Amino acid sequence: MSNIFLKRLTKELRDMQTNPPSGISVESADDNLNVWKIRLVAAEGTVYEGEVFTLQFKFGNKYPLESPEVCFLLGCVSGTPPMHPHIYSNGHICLSILYDQWSPALTVSAVCLSILSMLSSCGMKESPPDDAAYVKRAGNNPKKTTWAFHDDSV
Amino acid sequence: MSDYEASENETENESMAASYHYDDDEDDLNDDELMDEFDDAPVTRDADVRRSYTVAFEVRTSEDLARVQQTEADDVGAVLGVSTEAAATLLRFFRWRKDRLLEDYYGNPDSDALLKRAEDFECPVCFDVDCPVAQLKCAHAFCTACYARYLSGRITEEGESRRIQCPDASCSVIVDEKTVETLVDPKVFEKYKALLIKSYVDDVPSLKWCPHPNCEYAVQCKVPASSLDEIVPSVKCGDGHSFCFGCSLPQDHQPCVCSLVKLWLKKCADDSETANWISANTKECEKCQSTIEKNGGCNHMTCRKCKYEFCWVCMGPWSDHGTQWYNCNRFDEKASIDARDNQAKYRAALERYLHYFNRYANHEQSAKLDKELSEKISAKMLEMQKTTEMSWIEVQFLSTAKEILLASRNTLKWTYCFAYYLTRDNTTELFENNQRDLEMAVEQLSELLEGQFEVEKMGEVKQKILDKSVYVSGRREVLLTATAADLADGRFTWSLESSQTLALLAPAGKK
Repeated sequence: MSNIFLKRLTKELRDMQTNPPSGISVESADDNLNVWKIRLVAAEGTVYEGEVFTLQFKFGNKYPLESPEVCFLLGCVSGTPPMHPHIYSNGHICLSILYDQWSPALTVSAVCLSILSMLSSCGMKESPPDDAAYVKRAGNNPKKTTWAFHDDSV
Repeated sequence: MSDYEASENETENESMAASYHYDDDEDDLNDDELMDEFDDAPVTRDADVRRSYTVAFEVRTSEDLARVQQTEADDVGAVLGVSTEAAATLLRFFRWRKDRLLEDYYGNPDSDALLKRAEDFECPVCFDVDCPVAQLKCAHAFCTACYARYLSGRITEEGESRRIQCPDASCSVIVDEKTVETLVDPKVFEKYKALLIKSYVDDVPSLKWCPHPNCEYAVQCKVPASSLDEIVPSVKCGDGHSFCFGCSLPQDHQPCVCSLVKLWLKKCADDSETANWISANTKECEKCQSTIEKNGGCNHMTCRKCKYEFCWVCMGPWSDHGTQWYNCNRFDEKASIDARDNQAKYRAALERYLHYFNRYANHEQSAKLDKELSEKISAKMLEMQKTTEMSWIEVQFLSTAKEILLASRNTLKWTYCFAYYLTRDNTTELFENNQRDLEMAVEQLSELLEGQFEVEKMGEVKQKILDKSVYVSGRREVLLTATAADLADGRFTWSLESSQTLALLAPAGKK
């Protein structure tokens, strides 16, 4: 198991470093490859133009059969997570592929691209309507939340 | 000819298949074809002696193996119009399943594209190259090891069976049973099969599992969820476990309808009655709202918490009482009248609930003594066979009487739950008459069964018990029939607590 984990993450890291998708770059990854930090640069012409965000990926040893734990980091380059109807102010992201729609065929770069496109398709900076309530009771791990995915428009 | 000889040919083929495979992913689909190629090869056979404990096998040299692969690749190459080497690559990619390869090719006769897929293959999960591949008709290929891990995870950890999709994120092709069988290990497959059967029962509304622990029977019953307020669908599984098909309560709760049973059990389980007790037996300090129970003494109360002094009778401040020590004859303020009225109301409600609950609990307790009673009865039956002339068959009346007693107690138990929610009217009166008749009969039968049997009067006792059991079962019949008819005609009216509405009563299917 850990063999696949290492092999797969090593390859993913190498691919992302040698051939990074636009707007996405790996800031750091620890020696065991368990925790990665990834810098996202919002695309031009979007409401987030000029903003930079940091995503944190935590991989459990069942990766890629189980999804990584992904959230926006607070207090980094940008200071706050993007203000977006599906992103909570504690950095949690409401995105189906991170939870029950995860597939082992998805990769770090595929996840990053999904998040970037989620930002790009957003027309107005707004917090989720239940932000305060959610942030108050949510734990650290967004995978422990039961998410309801009901809005595909942004 | 023995069975063994009759199946000889088949075993031979299979064992050869085993010896042929040098990778550990077995697939028997076209082994027979491959074997044909070996027929003229010089092989060592152990055909001389065949015993029942030996298996047939044949030895292949690496030259044989190379030759067979060559022939296969030549054939495929000719069909696809590609070189023998390319055909060999394709065959390896398809794990020598020629039929699968040809099927894909005829689906999209572009040998270059096919070859590119085979040459560039890299498992999208583990990034392994050059490994055996599995794929569904959607052609999303993954290495068999990753596929198997994925399937095992979905099956054993998530309990998924009928909707396992291709591992690709955007693909919704469902993994079929055959594929699962070839990929996962037999234990997981067994679990998968069990889950499939379970999902069938879950999917079909007229099927339900017996809720008793470790019982593997399912029951089919066509009572729709919408008629659950008119009928109590009591069923019995193949093991004789009674349960309600409507709400899956593991006992027969006739004559009480499912929705009332649910309300009742909730009421008995949660602490709504604790709250009732508190309201009926305690008062709150006017000042700090602490709950106070008066356990004796005079009416001059001093709150332990805030030291507020008040009168227990009128709840007014003690200072107003002046010199009227230990006696309150003050004119009732409206507030204190309300407080006392409320308390009286709570007390009446609590008493009413306890009336029904005690009777309900009494019968439930008796049902729990079922085992004890059974043992007693069996002992009595043995004893009777010894002390009297009666045969085994002649003492069976006791066991029948016991069954009738238990069934009737269970019915009585639920009549109290039912009656708690009834409003007082003529139908209720009739129901309570029936209930009373059954209750009396049950107690008499119970007494007879518990009593001592005198050997001399055995014939008399037997006759009494027989008569009584017939009477009890008749009363039960009457009560159930009458209640069922009144339910079906909607003659009962319910008195529910203010927070409970009829909508709450309607079964889920009706909402």
